[in-house]
Amino acid sequence: MFGYTFRWNQALQALPQMLDGALVTLQVAILSMVIGLALAIMLTLFRRSDSRILRGFAVAWVEVARNTPALFQIYMAHFGLGNFGIHLSPFAALLAGIAFNNAGYLAENFRGALKAIPETQARAGRSLGMGSLQAFRLIVLPQMLRIAFLPMTNQMVWAILMTSLGVTVGMNTDLAGITQELNARSFRTFEFFAIAAVIYYLIAKAVTLGARLVARRLFRY
Amino acid sequence: MIEIQNVRKSFGPLEVLKGIDLTVDKGEVVSIIGGSGSGKSTLLTCINGLEPINSGSIRIDGVEVHAKSTNLDKLRRKVGIVFQQWNAFPHLTVIENVMLAPRKVLGLSKREAEEIAVKQLGHVGLADKLKVYPSRLSGGQQQRMAIARALAMSPEYMLFDEVTSALDPMLVGEVLDTLRMLASEGMTMICVTHEMKFAREVSDRVAFFHQGVMAEIAPPAELFDAPKRPETQKFLAATH
Repeated sequence: MFGYTFRWNQALQALPQMLDGALVTLQVAILSMVIGLALAIMLTLFRRSDSRILRGFAVAWVEVARNTPALFQIYMAHFGLGNFGIHLSPFAALLAGIAFNNAGYLAENFRGALKAIPETQARAGRSLGMGSLQAFRLIVLPQMLRIAFLPMTNQMVWAILMTSLGVTVGMNTDLAGITQELNARSFRTFEFFAIAAVIYYLIAKAVTLGARLVARRLFRY
Repeated sequence: MIEIQNVRKSFGPLEVLKGIDLTVDKGEVVSIIGGSGSGKSTLLTCINGLEPINSGSIRIDGVEVHAKSTNLDKLRRKVGIVFQQWNAFPHLTVIENVMLAPRKVLGLSKREAEEIAVKQLGHVGLADKLKVYPSRLSGGQQQRMAIARALAMSPEYMLFDEVTSALDPMLVGEVLDTLRMLASEGMTMICVTHEMKFAREVSDRVAFFHQGVMAEIAPPAELFDAPKRPETQKFLAATH
């Protein structure tokens, strides 16, 4: 039909190469999540701080990260900063863009989670002699991370899928980049992208299932 | 010794403490009774510096609580407080709840903190609940855990803020028994309470608060059987 002959053999021969790319994809996603998480915790503290400047900074970050396309965020990290003489490699720019995006969304998730934790929890910590940061770290933060755990899993899946935007800044070692190059050489577009899609699907699914197992341990109480 | 002198405290335009004077000696048990909004709970949170005061002074063993130079985190180690809402840390087991502050605030080793926690939890009758999460405990058990958690810091003073008010009537007794035991061991305590019978039994002195003023303070027999002020008489008549 449509005069197109599938050549799955040819495409499948490239599978090892694509799986190597998948590892890079996973690496970027995990790193972006770790950095994003740290930044989101920082933004959450900024939002609770007494300084208007810090609060404003955090609000601005969250607003931009959530209301502009992820593609633009990655573009800005690569070409935008490039205009100012700051040259990030495609890998670094992709990582920076996604981490920026993750931080914004996660900070918003944390804000919701904090509403579920009574103020009196931190107060109980303070009354036991803890400083305010200490009470946050030991009492509020662990509860917050648990409440926000499922939204965090969603963000992780989203981060994996966002890595495919790296092709737009010349990223050619991740799954999307490799697929794109194989496609350019052979024009077996359907086959290569179908295989890549299956791999993305499997990674995302593995993350979701893994998270469910972790959640079982986390939510013992 | 806790010395409270002419303490005033407002929330916005509302003055909740209108010049309170009270001195509590080492080993003394003072109960504070009074209607809702009389300022009794606010006074407790001012004593350990959780709430700032507008004027006056509160000194604990000679240290000015509300002076800028005072290290409140340090001061709070010797003044334990237990609230009406017991505030169990839900993500930690019972023993972890009690061990947290001794480990992280006092810097004790895990073994030392565990020893203290086991002792204090045994003290309040929770020796068989060490590894359980607070959500599996009754309100009375959670409140006793909160008391053990405060005691684990070896405080010299204990403040109790209506610790039985949020409890099922069936569970009030076990918490009051714990407080009685502490009083008999010589702990210096200030108890804000609605349990008149308890206040009469354990207190050395009972203070009656009315609209932000300490209307009357006297030994329990005197205050309950021969109250001098009409506000006190009215309040006691209504609660009997």
